[in-house]
Amino acid sequence: MNDLSEKLLARAAPARTEFENLVIVPLFAVVVALILGALTMLATNVDLPTIGRSYIALLEGSVGSLNAISETLTAAAPLTLAGLGLALGFRTGLFNIGAEGQLLMGGMAAVIAGFSLSGLPFAIHLPLALLAGALAGGLYASIAGWLRAATGAHEVILTIMLNLISYRLLDYMLRLPFIQREGREDPISRSVPESAELPRLLATIDPNLRVHAGVFLMLIAVVVVWWILFKTRLGFEFRASGESPEAARYAGMRAGLIIVIVMGLSGALAGLAGANQVLGVLGRATPGFSAGIGFDAIAVALLGRSHPFGVLLAGLLFGALEAGGRQMQVDAGVSLDLIGIIQALIIIFIAAPLLVRAIFPWGFQKAKG
Amino acid sequence: MTITSNMQAGSDEKLNTGKARQARIAGTILLGLSVLVALVFGADSAGDATFRLSRPNDPWALPNLAVPAAQFNYVAAGLLAFLGARQFSRAGLSRPNFWLGIGLFLAVAGFLVWATAGKSLSLTGMLSATVVRAVPIALGGLAGVLSERVAVVNIAIEGMLLAGAFTGALMGSLLGGFGGLAAAVAVGGLFGFLLAALVVTYRMDQIIAGVVINLLVLGVTSYVSSQVFAEYRSLNNAPIFRAMKIPVLGDIPVIGPVLFDQNIFVYGAILLVAVATYYLFHTRHGLRARAVGEHPKAADTLGINVYRTRYINVTMAGMVAGFGGAWFTLGSVGRFDENMTGGRGYIGLAAMIFGRWHPAGAMAAALVFGFADSLQQKLALLNTPIPSEFLAMSPYIATIILVAGLIGRAKAPAADGQAYEKE
Repeated sequence: MNDLSEKLLARAAPARTEFENLVIVPLFAVVVALILGALTMLATNVDLPTIGRSYIALLEGSVGSLNAISETLTAAAPLTLAGLGLALGFRTGLFNIGAEGQLLMGGMAAVIAGFSLSGLPFAIHLPLALLAGALAGGLYASIAGWLRAATGAHEVILTIMLNLISYRLLDYMLRLPFIQREGREDPISRSVPESAELPRLLATIDPNLRVHAGVFLMLIAVVVVWWILFKTRLGFEFRASGESPEAARYAGMRAGLIIVIVMGLSGALAGLAGANQVLGVLGRATPGFSAGIGFDAIAVALLGRSHPFGVLLAGLLFGALEAGGRQMQVDAGVSLDLIGIIQALIIIFIAAPLLVRAIFPWGFQKAKG
Repeated sequence: MTITSNMQAGSDEKLNTGKARQARIAGTILLGLSVLVALVFGADSAGDATFRLSRPNDPWALPNLAVPAAQFNYVAAGLLAFLGARQFSRAGLSRPNFWLGIGLFLAVAGFLVWATAGKSLSLTGMLSATVVRAVPIALGGLAGVLSERVAVVNIAIEGMLLAGAFTGALMGSLLGGFGGLAAAVAVGGLFGFLLAALVVTYRMDQIIAGVVINLLVLGVTSYVSSQVFAEYRSLNNAPIFRAMKIPVLGDIPVIGPVLFDQNIFVYGAILLVAVATYYLFHTRHGLRARAVGEHPKAADTLGINVYRTRYINVTMAGMVAGFGGAWFTLGSVGRFDENMTGGRGYIGLAAMIFGRWHPAGAMAAALVFGFADSLQQKLALLNTPIPSEFLAMSPYIATIILVAGLIGRAKAPAADGQAYEKE
């Protein structure tokens, strides 16, 4: 009897561990990060009522009204797109830290395609601009992928360097005569014409609702990435190379080619995120238009456990934090930078499940071995 | 027996083709530089380039150095062409990197002469700025060396520098310069300890841990500076360490102002590099640390406590980076600005790779980056047609070329980046 129950428990155990890692750890991470955020506010002389008010504002600003939901979705779209790209990389064992640079290059390409191809009908112009963004991001990332595959250089250093190069490249490009807006001294690009803009979805209800067709782009990308990863041979090769590069090589998979393809796809998604920003929200490119989305996307991919649907949920959560954070700044006067702290804390707890188990032992089954 | 000798021959052959490839690449680069120097810098130069070697009130004044620009560049181009051609002969197989270094130096000199042709530039001031700007990069690189020698990849240098800069400003305003410096070192050490805890004890992925520490520090410092510093300005107004001239040595022309008339960060960096070199390569503890980085299992078998060694070294790395971070506030402006390190930590990481995981090498590489940095500042004054953005990019491009091993491969400690789990 005892033996039997132990056997049953043993069979149930892995599922249980998986459940804990997938559900309890992320929940715990979000809750503890919010608590630590509150402690940070306390430490910087914010009084208790204001802390309460700021968290209420956080909730209201993220899901409290139609406008809040529109803002959340607007912020979630680029985070999810770039996060999907990074998730593809993580699944294949590649750390693409370069989403920020790929996003900048993609956004620039989309802007250039936007203003230089004017006169085209919407149905051709917008897809072309999006394609330009994806292509530029993909090509920029492929530099790192190719160098990794050909020489074995570590992709983390490569992509960090490409990020730093992209900032300088952006500064330079924004001052080129055919990109810079006429009559402006500061680095700012020409505007994207309406035929290349991602259309606003709810402008008929209220012109201030900013949610745009990038949301559909995000949903399509989630499904496509899921399909590639789990339903195609290519996706199987990705996952196999990520889990056991040696075994993948013995099975005859072309490791180098896979690295280049994954980096290219990953960069294309980040480039699409950049295009989404310039074509859907900003209408032009400025030096800071990436706004750290490329780095937040790392967190989104980790929080979503590199699964497309997880990434979607994580992207929505981070979008909500972003939108709610702005409301928090307005209502309670607490700086938006607090959201950065909360996001960083969430990743720490997600990426170190052992730490969570150490702080919070009673919530988990004892880990064996 | 035959198998091993065959393998030996095979790997020798592989090694030689690798070397030949490096020599070819180095030769091509040198020839390309020769063409650039001759056609762009040489043909476009007119008049003399004047370099001022002394400052107005130096005790021993040196006359200005006037270089005929066009002639200098044609001679430099000739030398570069000779060095490049030499790489394709048998002689190229020995030390291609050394000759490439000489070639790059010639090309940079040619560039400088071209940019100053018909104008004058203070060479002493420029070299002095080079040393100053190299300090945080060198200290960041040293922090990288200390932690990667025990196989912990330290992407978090950027965050540690930023934390040091922030603490230096805050505590410097409250406690004065040395108090701020001590606090910056302590906070740097704290983040080093945090990194060690995350990756050693909680076996978090090293790269994620580093990225997260950077994000966390950026978030906390930006939050506090917008929430608190904006309101209480007196908390962000630290004293600055002024330059201290070393008697006699500081009076030597050119070298004196560059090396012996600087603030404590320059002296501290030189001292720390020397100490770290001695520690890593000439003490028992250093030997143990390197063993942990190369082969943790073997080190463990010999009774070295792998975990403790990693904790100690990564914490020390954090302290070094904290000291380097204080340079940004206590060593230059006395005030903290959001994200003021601006990627210097990542350049430090590159300096570490350039310097082949050796403290002195990292420092030398940092000087090169510092030179590019100060050159970029001067370019605006000299009115050259090259956009400064491209010069600012050059260290990163050079890093990519180096990391990709296109010119000789730099070898990281064998266990770098791997978690170690005691059985």
